[in-house]
Amino acid sequence: MTIMRPQDILLPTADGLCCKPGGFHIDPIRPVERALITHGHSDHARAGHGAVLATQETLDMMRLRYGENFAGSTQVISYGEELRLGDVKVKFRPAGHVLGSAQIAVTAKDTCIVASGDYKDAPDPTCAPFELVPCDVFITEATFGLPVFRHGDAALEVKKLLASVALFPERAHLVGAYSLGKAQRVIALLRKAGYDAPIYLHGAMEKITAYYQSRGIDLGELRPAMGMKKAALAGTITLAPPSATSDIWARRFPDPVTAFASGWMRVRARARQGGVELPLVISDHADWDGLTATIAATGAGEIWVTHGQEDALVHWCKTQGLRARPLDLVGYGDEEESEPQPRSEAEA
Amino acid sequence: MNRFAELLDRLAYEPGRNNKLRLLQGYFREVGDPDRGYALAALTGALSFKHAKPVLIRDLIASRTDEVLFGLSYDYVGDLSETVALMWPKAVLPAHNNPPPPTLTEVVTTLRTLGKTELPKQLERWLDELDETGRWALLKLVTGAMRIGISARLAKTAAAALGDKDPHEVELLWPGLSPPYLDLFAWLEGRAEKPVNRDPAPFRPVMLAHAIEDSDFASLDPADYIAEWKWDGIRVQAVAGRDEHGQITARLYSRTGEDITGSFPDLVPSLRLPGAIDGELLILREGRVQSFNVLQQRLNRKIVSPKLIKDFPIHLRAYDLLGDDENDLRELPFAERRERLETFIGKLDDPRLDLSPTIPFASWDALTAARADPASAGAGEDADAVEGVMLKRRDAPYLPGRPKGQWWKWKRDPHIIDAVLMYAQRGHGKRSSYYSDYTFGVWTETDNGEELVPVGKAYFGFTDEELLQIDRFVRRNTTEKFGPVRHVVHEGDKGLVLEVAFEGLQRSPRHKSGVAMRFPRISRLRWDKPPREADRLETLEKMLKADESLPTIKVAASADGH
Ligand SMILES: [Zn+2]
Ligand SMILES: [Zn+2]
Repeated sequence: MTIMRPQDILLPTADGLCCKPGGFHIDPIRPVERALITHGHSDHARAGHGAVLATQETLDMMRLRYGENFAGSTQVISYGEELRLGDVKVKFRPAGHVLGSAQIAVTAKDTCIVASGDYKDAPDPTCAPFELVPCDVFITEATFGLPVFRHGDAALEVKKLLASVALFPERAHLVGAYSLGKAQRVIALLRKAGYDAPIYLHGAMEKITAYYQSRGIDLGELRPAMGMKKAALAGTITLAPPSATSDIWARRFPDPVTAFASGWMRVRARARQGGVELPLVISDHADWDGLTATIAATGAGEIWVTHGQEDALVHWCKTQGLRARPLDLVGYGDEEESEPQPRSEAEA
Repeated sequence: MNRFAELLDRLAYEPGRNNKLRLLQGYFREVGDPDRGYALAALTGALSFKHAKPVLIRDLIASRTDEVLFGLSYDYVGDLSETVALMWPKAVLPAHNNPPPPTLTEVVTTLRTLGKTELPKQLERWLDELDETGRWALLKLVTGAMRIGISARLAKTAAAALGDKDPHEVELLWPGLSPPYLDLFAWLEGRAEKPVNRDPAPFRPVMLAHAIEDSDFASLDPADYIAEWKWDGIRVQAVAGRDEHGQITARLYSRTGEDITGSFPDLVPSLRLPGAIDGELLILREGRVQSFNVLQQRLNRKIVSPKLIKDFPIHLRAYDLLGDDENDLRELPFAERRERLETFIGKLDDPRLDLSPTIPFASWDALTAARADPASAGAGEDADAVEGVMLKRRDAPYLPGRPKGQWWKWKRDPHIIDAVLMYAQRGHGKRSSYYSDYTFGVWTETDNGEELVPVGKAYFGFTDEELLQIDRFVRRNTTEKFGPVRHVVHEGDKGLVLEVAFEGLQRSPRHKSGVAMRFPRISRLRWDKPPREADRLETLEKMLKADESLPTIKVAASADGH
């Protein structure tokens, strides 16, 4: 019997993370025979694979984006359910990132590797909370892998938004937010803060938001911004894809306050670069404290770091006596940057 | 402190003047004394304490964090205070033992009296107590690097609005007030009488001029204006007044109200009549005005030695009289103030002070001729020190700030070139849906033949209507997109020519063209002009040579040029 090294179980390849003994890839960036998908964001969930295994929500989101025939075949897996694939066992556990997002635990013999996809350990009323999975090797994202990224309490950021709406009742508030996950979370947080007026939506996020509602997530009254009279939008809040807030589309709003809900808003230069007037630090990724606390809590002795600020996190792991290395996976970005320009309403 | 930090944070992102005012008013209304007074002081630059050096902040963060992580973070954020504010790891304290964050008052009053050796420990305590934004504001405040994009004038305007007062009234009172302005707020809220100014020689906020454009003349009547030379020195205010014992106190202020008396002790004995003169500080040798270069040599000295005083004899050339003994003249029309000034200077009869002569003219053509040749229009041998012409409405009262249509400055030889639009970038705030930041270039001969080389960037000068036109042009003529930047077509026969006006040129190895413009602005759109007829780099190089014979270093006291 040979001893299995972690890299014999999962290996970064040009197509993405590959599990040879299980015969599958995780979040592959190119079409493969069999794909396990952590969550519905477009840089992780791509069309054209032979067979796709994912949670019900992730499969639904892919269908919504790519149409019925996005894969040869699909198979649903629930959180906690265990499945044997080739020589390995896989289990999906909530990642707390967006609705349906999962970490994938791959076990071969006695070695367990967790590919956590994108995750956050902060509370989110629109998805199942992150579950800690003890493992030997933990694969972590590092989108906000610098100690300057500390997201704080999202409820306070929403309070900031509501204070601005109260101070400028004659202006419209335009909140840039990624269409899948962030937008719905911001709406849910607004509701939680007691805001019960209708909230307006850019056309590009209507479908996905309706899907969230169909999964039983209460978002209150939502209306399309399209077709509204300019004056009627005074004092209202509209959610839109980030790129739309600086587009011609935004001219339909009365003297809009441009807000942007993102973890990047923590850094002033970054916020100013985008012409944001009201930065809201709300992120669906773990912040520095979240990343380091989670890494420590998994008990893993070896850490693989992917997309983001790998250097800092790898350095930190080493100071903690953990083995760590950056995983050279290409093709993943943060969602806000990879989201395509919404065209549907832009020219209207 | 956290509430003040929140205000600064919001102001830093808000581009609109009226919206800034609303944010400020909201703050003054919501926050009580004395915190709001210290906030007003911080916003108007009226706080004074020894600033902490960046090295102190670096030492603090080094004691708490990993060096490599700090390095990577600083690289990413690019600003020391912000990096430290964001990554500061709070000391772990027992939950019941969390002291409340300091108030702004506590911070300001502590900093005033704190010894140098106690500062690091105190800063560390505060950093532990504040949140991210609070820490950022604190570090900006203690390092003296608070730039939040609002003028002192705007902060005072917001305070005045608290009591529905004219900001002008607050400006007039301002020199006699001091933080935390309890008497001011009491008056604004109708709880007390208007405060009285007891300073015998207070500073009066300065009146400034607009740069005149060719198109402005059409609507101006020469008969309404008095013209005088614009001297290339330093704008100052010389004030003398009697204290309660009847003794004369004399002070010299920069245009921003900084007391610079200490640098010019040789002028003080000449200020022996109570009054307030607005004028230009010059060096006179044998009755001739020296160049700004010469004045510069006197300004840069820390110690004012007798030799310096002898080699660089100081002189005040008077433009205006704001106060005559006890009388405030600022509400009087300029023509009347000018008469009072002539009498005042005559009475003083001092070789260190004289009148800035007026330029007689009957038409704009006549004034144009005078401006083109000051030597034969009265400036005589001092013509080299003439920077241009000032136009002042005869009936203008002395108003602080830059009121519209009252005073105009008309500089000699404005720098203008025709350049070709090369790249456009989205603007900020209200302009974020428009391509409003433009990079333009001029022609030069390279190994590849004729090429445009970028020489500057401008984002103002055009009208709203012109902005729409350029925006449309950019969208229709984009050749490539890079994030927020669009490459716009720029070929010999395709592209947009912009007339660019600027204040001066400097050599700059950082720019590919080797030159950098000061304050470039779009002065006209030349739809009529094909790009190939735009200017060449050689033209700029010629201008640069001409500029280099003039002084380029400016002093703080004349921040917007003299
Ligand atoms: Zn994601
Ligand atoms: Zn990702």
